[in-house]
Amino acid sequence: MIYTRGIIVTLSLLLIWQLLVGILQLPIFILPGPLLVLKTLILQAPLIASQAWITILETLLGLFLATLFGCTLALTMAFFQPLRLWLLPILIISQALPTFAIAPLLVIWFGYGMASKIATTLLMLFFPIASSFFDGLKRTEHAWLDLAQTMNASRWNILWQIRVPAALPSLASGLRVATAAAPIGAIIGEWVGSSSGLGFLMLNANARMEIDLMFAVLLVIVVFGISLYFSVDKLLRRVIWWQAEKN
Amino acid sequence: MFPKRPLEPELASTSVGKVQMTLSTAPAISIQNAHLRYGEQVLFDDLTCHLPAGKTTCLLGPSGVGKSSLLRLIAGLGVTSGNRTAKEKIQIDQHDPSLIAYMAQTDLLMPWLSVLDNVLLGYRLRKESSPETRAHELLNQVGLGNAIKKYPAQLSGGMRQRVALVRTLMEERPVVLMDEPFSALDTITRLKLQKLAAELLANRTVLLITHDPLEALRLGHQILIMSGQPAKLEKLELSGTPPRSLTDEKLLRWQGELMERLT
Repeated sequence: MIYTRGIIVTLSLLLIWQLLVGILQLPIFILPGPLLVLKTLILQAPLIASQAWITILETLLGLFLATLFGCTLALTMAFFQPLRLWLLPILIISQALPTFAIAPLLVIWFGYGMASKIATTLLMLFFPIASSFFDGLKRTEHAWLDLAQTMNASRWNILWQIRVPAALPSLASGLRVATAAAPIGAIIGEWVGSSSGLGFLMLNANARMEIDLMFAVLLVIVVFGISLYFSVDKLLRRVIWWQAEKN
Repeated sequence: MFPKRPLEPELASTSVGKVQMTLSTAPAISIQNAHLRYGEQVLFDDLTCHLPAGKTTCLLGPSGVGKSSLLRLIAGLGVTSGNRTAKEKIQIDQHDPSLIAYMAQTDLLMPWLSVLDNVLLGYRLRKESSPETRAHELLNQVGLGNAIKKYPAQLSGGMRQRVALVRTLMEERPVVLMDEPFSALDTITRLKLQKLAAELLANRTVLLITHDPLEALRLGHQILIMSGQPAKLEKLELSGTPPRSLTDEKLLRWQGELMERLT
């Protein structure tokens, strides 16, 4: 049902768009119609594809590294209580830093290639993952911990056997937020300074007034973002299947 | 996704009578000078009680009187509640928390573990090798032989509490502390589980908290009534062996008398 509705809404919007362009006789460099965008997408497919895989790779690597660092930080803060007070400011500062503003700096540090884009993505995604996982780890049901204590469990085993699995549903919601934002991180990085990728292609098309190409690239980004989100969501639902259950 | 929750299967067919007690003789527990205070509020002071060896003691009393706190102190668990700081003190003869198993009001099953893994939780947490044969044996005895591979979400409330009971028994501890373990169940399931628990816990030193006078009379060798502020304990000795039959006239008379006394 949700898919049918999505398709109906999308098609209606495209229709209105096409009609507007036809009625108002808008020039191509202001607003190309959806049919022209589709034509450009097909004609320019090899060019777009050659740039797309770079952006996709940056996004996936950034997301993967952000998950790795985010989880490590959350686990460290949960297990080493005194360290938490020292690490929490780092976490908050990392989020308070405006990613847009420091992206040029990252380009200077990490170069024009992929590394600086991965760094931007990492910086953006790291916070939602670390904070949601840490939140979950803090909120383990007290009664579970009491039970584990009467069973003579060590803190280490309580962490891995009870607190981590209990926190995985929270981590999953953080991961969903991060996944939705992941392509944006890579594209910001590419805007600031790059010689390849979809962000680079968009900037170029814009500068050359090839608005139809810009829209085609935008479409690819949206489709990639949505597919990535739903794949990750599906994977999380399968792996963390107990999340819906309330104890 | 999951099949609908099954109805409570009949427990009568299980042979719980044949429980093998591999435990060494259960110790008696003597508590002296138990004291608990939250700020100005004194829950109990200089409280003394004795849990006889291998017998079941039921602790009866109104909500908030400090029953659970007393049990938690005996179990060696913290009693801080919310942001109230507690001042507590307890003196227990030959106290060894590793002799004590604890069963709470909710089943505390881990939703991500199967019934078998939940039952073996203590062994997982201690990284010890799991006595799976024993687990199968006990699960069969409580009528959960077919549910071993299931997950908690697929079980009814009564089945979940039976899993929790088996998990408690798997710890092989001679002292068992239970905090209203059956209160969340419907009457019929509760009555069935009381009988099952009494049979499986025979010969252990048990402290069972309840606010149900009938449950206390049915399961206890003795009853401690906790009331007042600071709370005091009053002891009732009961004759006969639990679990007492529900058709026992004596039980019903006691219930009447106890109700009179409590109200």
